[in-house]
Amino acid sequence: MNADTTDTAPVPGSRSFKRAFDDIRSGLRQTELWGHLGWQDIKQRYRRSVIGPFWLTITQGVIALGLGLLYSQLFGLPIETFLPYIVTGFIVWGFISGCITEGMQTFISNEGLIKQMPAPLTIYALRTVWRQTLMAAHNVIVYVIIVAIFFPALSQQYGIQDDACTTGNGLCHPGIDWSILSAAPGFAILALNAGWVTLMLGVISTRYRDIPQLINSLIQLLFYLTPIVWPIDQLYAGNGRDGVSWALPIIELNPLYHFVQIVRAPLIGQHIDGKSWLVAIGITIVGWALALVVMRNYRARVSYWV
Amino acid sequence: MVSIDVRNAYVDFPIFDAKTRSMKKRVLGKVGGKIGSDSKVPIIEALQDVNLQLSDGDRLALVGHNGAGKSTLLRLLSGIYEPTRGSAKVTGKVAPVFDLGVGMDPETSGFENIIVRGLFLGKSRKEMEKRIDDIAEFTELGDYLAMPLRTYSTGMRVRLALGVVTSIDPEILILDEGLGAVDASFMNKARDRLKDLVKRSGILVFASHSDELLLELCDQAMWMDEGRVRQHGRLREVLTGYKGRDPFQNVSREVLERLGQANPDDLAKPSDGTANGQATDTSAATAPANGG
Repeated sequence: MNADTTDTAPVPGSRSFKRAFDDIRSGLRQTELWGHLGWQDIKQRYRRSVIGPFWLTITQGVIALGLGLLYSQLFGLPIETFLPYIVTGFIVWGFISGCITEGMQTFISNEGLIKQMPAPLTIYALRTVWRQTLMAAHNVIVYVIIVAIFFPALSQQYGIQDDACTTGNGLCHPGIDWSILSAAPGFAILALNAGWVTLMLGVISTRYRDIPQLINSLIQLLFYLTPIVWPIDQLYAGNGRDGVSWALPIIELNPLYHFVQIVRAPLIGQHIDGKSWLVAIGITIVGWALALVVMRNYRARVSYWV
Repeated sequence: MVSIDVRNAYVDFPIFDAKTRSMKKRVLGKVGGKIGSDSKVPIIEALQDVNLQLSDGDRLALVGHNGAGKSTLLRLLSGIYEPTRGSAKVTGKVAPVFDLGVGMDPETSGFENIIVRGLFLGKSRKEMEKRIDDIAEFTELGDYLAMPLRTYSTGMRVRLALGVVTSIDPEILILDEGLGAVDASFMNKARDRLKDLVKRSGILVFASHSDELLLELCDQAMWMDEGRVRQHGRLREVLTGYKGRDPFQNVSREVLERLGQANPDDLAKPSDGTANGQATDTSAATAPANGG
């Protein structure tokens, strides 16, 4: 027993894909733990407040209503289709940006627990994603109310630009129909991506503390570069524009646009390009591959770095 | 089968925000692990070449100065740190109790805390809810469990954490110092419960500066010094080596009597007679071959 202590290792090195998968698998299995932690975060945030997490709903409603009214006047767009657009966009964006900004802080903010309790890292990533999902769920109430109010306008063909469906210039949207159900797989893809983003950025940000600052400064810019408060329809012909804007292909390079699209478009009966789905699925695969490599190499280092 | 198998394990901490220059001066310091300065980032070699094999029924005391690596070793055994070099294999359900102020949200209630700790230790919410009455009674916190954690004193936090780990029957119990924060009457209760637990569950590893507690709960000891294992063997010998005097000289009569019942062999047999018999099968660490 004593003789060979130096040359045989009883466990394989901690850097293996098996260990990375084990972490993710056992993390996923402990639903009660991350579910509880995620809920606890929401409850704590609105502790002692009477309205509680419904402040989320109210905030979302006020912002969307205010900006919706303002921008519809600025751009000269019809309120009954533009307001649902902006509300839905805000909810989806809120989830995306929340998962990015809080996801990269996942391990840093759980430092105490990581150093105190042995648990898979995935627990903390799921805690973050689950919290964001719950927040999005509260915001969905605003969506339901707005869409109920404007349903007549949304349930038939419409263009966000007035004449899109009659002249053939610009985007003509089919209106809400059964394709609304595809928002569910759309959100599932989004959540899957939130998973890898949280794990990967979380690990990297724990090591390099400049990364969160960098991303924070970029996220605001990304918000304006993604069609959320402005409709992408504006870049197509129509409303006095001769042809398609040179900016359109650039905006379509923004992957966040496609992620917003796969959830938002079906929810408000808008036209969606198959390209958006392809981009989203492609990024899911590439992203998880990268995240697995990061998890394989640096999973065991996180508790040293926090 | 519950077991701990640590072989030639090193734990090196990179310290990203320390200036190398000023850290170099500290290499000569006596407190803390050795600080390496070969690379750009200063590294604290918190554990070096640690070997430890424990199996069912082993009760190990960890002693050493502040910063000797006790807590780091406990974290290694808990699976929180994986060794930078070497290996550490722990089989069995681990329940660690570390510095109690950190980690848990200070705004959450005691109840909430019990549930979260339980969930981390692999219990379900329902199982923990069943145990809450028992924990409330044992910790004597009662209605206080509904208060947020920030209102708790250190001693109360220790009670809470001990209440949880002792209620869930862990296979490997890992206790960091800090147990000293509770008062004498609770300590009596806790000791009984811990003893009971140790009898049932597999392994106890306990870091403490209290001879009396160690004598009552442990039967072997490991002396950590600057991140290395200085001595590993029978409790009495290691404590004598570490403190420079026989630990039995200082314990109260009351404790001696209790020990007389619990561990008769510890008192009955002369210390040098049993020194080698037990040390060799549990410890590869004291073997000079690995020293460096």
